[in-house]
Amino acid sequence: MIALTDFLVISAALFCIGLFMIVSKRNAIQILIGIELMLNAAILNLVAFGKYDRFNNGGQMFALFAIVLAAATTAVALAIILNVYRRYKTIDPAKVDKLRD
Amino acid sequence: MTMVQVLFYFMGFIAVASAVFVAASKSLVRSIFMFFITLFALAGLYVLALADFVAITQVVIYVGGILVLILFAFMLSGKETLNILQNQKSQFISANKIVSFLLAALFFIVLINMIIKLDAGNLAWIKQSAMLNNTIKPNAVMTDNIGINLMTQYLLPFEAISILLMMALIGAAHLSRKEQSQ
Repeated sequence: MIALTDFLVISAALFCIGLFMIVSKRNAIQILIGIELMLNAAILNLVAFGKYDRFNNGGQMFALFAIVLAAATTAVALAIILNVYRRYKTIDPAKVDKLRD
Repeated sequence: MTMVQVLFYFMGFIAVASAVFVAASKSLVRSIFMFFITLFALAGLYVLALADFVAITQVVIYVGGILVLILFAFMLSGKETLNILQNQKSQFISANKIVSFLLAALFFIVLINMIIKLDAGNLAWIKQSAMLNNTIKPNAVMTDNIGINLMTQYLLPFEAISILLMMALIGAAHLSRKEQSQ
């Protein structure tokens, strides 16, 4: 069978790519995709460890919950991005700075 | 090397490589479509981790729901949005990118170091679960067990997340409504 460490390494790589996207991109939708990548890395870890819990299915269950949470997050975030675009005519998070003093 | 391992490394390579392409691509539409491939490869990895129900849920909700939502929000929001998004030139190619790449690479090194130190295959509870015959077998059908657990042991998180999902959807519909001109 596949060792747990391989799953962990792939998930770490995906997490770091998501981190890179969040820090470096200047476009809110691409930052959202980076967040989705990090969430998927976490779900991969949950699923990989969930193999060792046959009776309670803890890992798979919370992977399902995390997927649903990601759907809710994306819906709200896209609504906010559309509103920000309507008001500021840009979706670069660095340029939305009305609250800054 | 068995067939399962070959498939695993293939899927893992596709997932990581397409994620790198998503991060490196300048064009937003191209990176969204490459993200499709990342999600499908991750669903394949879930199947190899013996979680077929989670894999199907991933395909249905992520690929069928979230990505299509992103594409629609992006493509239905007017032609000028598309043009502005496509033509965003990044002036700070070097400094900003290098710093964030350094951050990600160093964090990756930390994570790999931690994974090697952890040695997940030899953890106490994993050995115990293997000893108690509590691991999922490749030929087991887990979907009915997941359904029973969802309605008994995890009923409270299930209800909480359903209320949260409803609140989030109502909030999103309220936020994206056109403002009345007064």
